[in-house]
Amino acid sequence: MQLTNKAKAVNRSPLTLMERLYFPAILKGMGITFSHIFKKKVTINYPEVTRPFSPVFRGLHVLNRDAEGRENCTACGLCAVACPAEAITMDAAERLPGEEHLYREEKYAAKYEINMLRCIFCGLCEEACPKDAIYLSETFAPSNYSRKSFIYGKDNLVIPHPQNDPEGFARAKGLIQERKEKTKQQTA
Amino acid sequence: MSEQKQLFKVTIDNITVEVEPGTTILNAARKIGGEVAPPAMCYYSKLKDSGGKCRTCLVEVAQGSAADPRPMPKLVASCRTTVMDGMVVKNITSDRVIDARKGVVEFLLINHPLDCPVCDQAGECHLQDLSYEHGAGASRYEFKRRTFEKHNLGPYIQLHMTRCILCYRCVYTADQVSGERRHGILSRGDHAEIATYIEKSLDNDFIGNVIDVCPVGALTDKTFRFKNRVWFTKPVDAHCSCDKCSGNVQLWMRGDEVLRVTARKDEWGEVKEWICNTCRFERKKVSDWVIEGPSKIDRHSVISQGHYVGVQKPHETVAKVTGRKPKLLMNIKNVSEVNQVDLSELKGPATSDVFKQIKKEN
Repeated sequence: MQLTNKAKAVNRSPLTLMERLYFPAILKGMGITFSHIFKKKVTINYPEVTRPFSPVFRGLHVLNRDAEGRENCTACGLCAVACPAEAITMDAAERLPGEEHLYREEKYAAKYEINMLRCIFCGLCEEACPKDAIYLSETFAPSNYSRKSFIYGKDNLVIPHPQNDPEGFARAKGLIQERKEKTKQQTA
Repeated sequence: MSEQKQLFKVTIDNITVEVEPGTTILNAARKIGGEVAPPAMCYYSKLKDSGGKCRTCLVEVAQGSAADPRPMPKLVASCRTTVMDGMVVKNITSDRVIDARKGVVEFLLINHPLDCPVCDQAGECHLQDLSYEHGAGASRYEFKRRTFEKHNLGPYIQLHMTRCILCYRCVYTADQVSGERRHGILSRGDHAEIATYIEKSLDNDFIGNVIDVCPVGALTDKTFRFKNRVWFTKPVDAHCSCDKCSGNVQLWMRGDEVLRVTARKDEWGEVKEWICNTCRFERKKVSDWVIEGPSKIDRHSVISQGHYVGVQKPHETVAKVTGRKPKLLMNIKNVSEVNQVDLSELKGPATSDVFKQIKKEN
C-alpha cells in the first residue's frame, strides 16, 4: 500500500569501480571539511562577547523602585495570580509611620519570593502588574549547585537604590527603559 | 375569589414571570435569575428601606401595564418600582439601559480611588464587578478626587471614606440591628460622609455586619487587613454554637489558619444570616469551628482560582523503582521566607516589626 509519493526505491545495484576505490569519496568529504576553515565562524567567545538579545527576551525579574527609591510593589498579588507556574509568593505588610521613604504605598510586600525553578519566564507577571513594579530583565538565571539558591527573595530582586547606588540604579533603570521602548516600537 | 391572591404577570427581557402584587421589578427579575436581574449597589433585600440611591438598577419599562400600555418616559429604578399586571420591562435587551448604566458607573467611579491593588475588598468587590461588566474603559474626569481625614473606628472595623459610594447600606444595618435610630450621612454633595453614627453603634454586637453589606472597600475587617488577598484564601463553610447568632459562617483559610470570618452570602452577594462580632473577630482558630466543607464558588470568580476539585495526588515512582527515596529533594517550606508569620494570631495588619522578629528567631 502506498500512502505518499515520497517513498524512494533503494538502489541495490553493485558498486562501480569508482565507488569501490573509496578514495575519491574521502577526498570529496575532506574538501568540504577544509572549506569551512575559510568560512565565517558561527560561534562567539562567550562570555567576553555576548550576542544581542531579542527585543522580547524575558530573563530574571527585577522589582522596580521609583525615582525617590521607594519600592513600587504593593503586594496586590496580581503577579502571583497570573503566574501559570505558581512560582510567586508574597507576604504583605502595612507601612508604619516613618517608613514612607521606603515604600510608595500604604501596603507593601514585606516578603516577595520567586521560585526560579518553577518560573517559566512567560512574562505574565510583568503584564499583570498595575504598579509598574516587576520587570523581566535581559539576564539569565546564573547556574548554581544548590536548589535553595534558586528561591529568589527581595534581596535578589529589588533594583539598587537610586541614592545609595546611583550607578547600579541607572544601569538597571536603563535596561527597563530600553525594554519599554522596544516593546513600544513593536506595538507601534 | 377575592380572597385568592391575584398574581401579576410581568415580562422582563421577554421572559414572563408571575409575582405577587407589591413586588419590585428587581425582585421579579431576581426570581427569573441570571443576567436578567439588574445589578444593585445599594438595594439589599434584608434591609428595610434600602435602595434607590445608586441608580445602577435602572431598567426601561416598555409597557406600563395591561390596562395602560403606554411606556414610562424615563428609565426607572427597578429596586423601587413595583410591578403592574402586564408590565413589559427591558433590561439587557435595551440599549438605553446599557448606555445609562455605563454613565452611572462612570459617576460612581468619579470619586472612587482606583487603589484596588491595596484594597482588601478587591476580588469580591461589587463595584469592581459592576465596572468590569458595565463600565467604560477609562474615566473622563480630570479633577482631584475628594479626600477625607482618616477616621479610626477602633480595632475591628477599618473605614476608608474615600472609597465610599454612599449606598447607605451600613446606615440601615446599624439602624436595624441596633434597633435605635442613629445619624445617617453628614453633609451633602461632595462632602457627604458616613462617620459619627457608626462610632455611636460600635458597641453593638452585630455591628461587624456593616463590613459584609458594604459593596466596596469602605468598611473592611481590620483583623484581616492586608493579611492576604481574597483569592489566595480558601473559603469553607463552618458553624459553631454561638449564644448570640446562628453561628453559620464562612471561614477564609490559608492552610490551617483562619484569616477571616464572614457571613455566608447568597447568589446576589447578600448576607444570608447576620453573625455576631464574637464569631467574626474573636474566633480565629480552627478548633473554634466545625468545618462543613468548602464553599461553592462560581468558577468564573477569581476566588475559585487555585481551588482544584477532585484532585488526585500523583504516585511517587522514584522510591518504588530505586528502592530508596530520592536524595535531591527540596521542601520549599524549609527554604522559603514567605508564610512564616502566624497571621491569624495577629490582631491587626502585619508590619515591619513582625517580620523583624521572625528574622531574629531564625
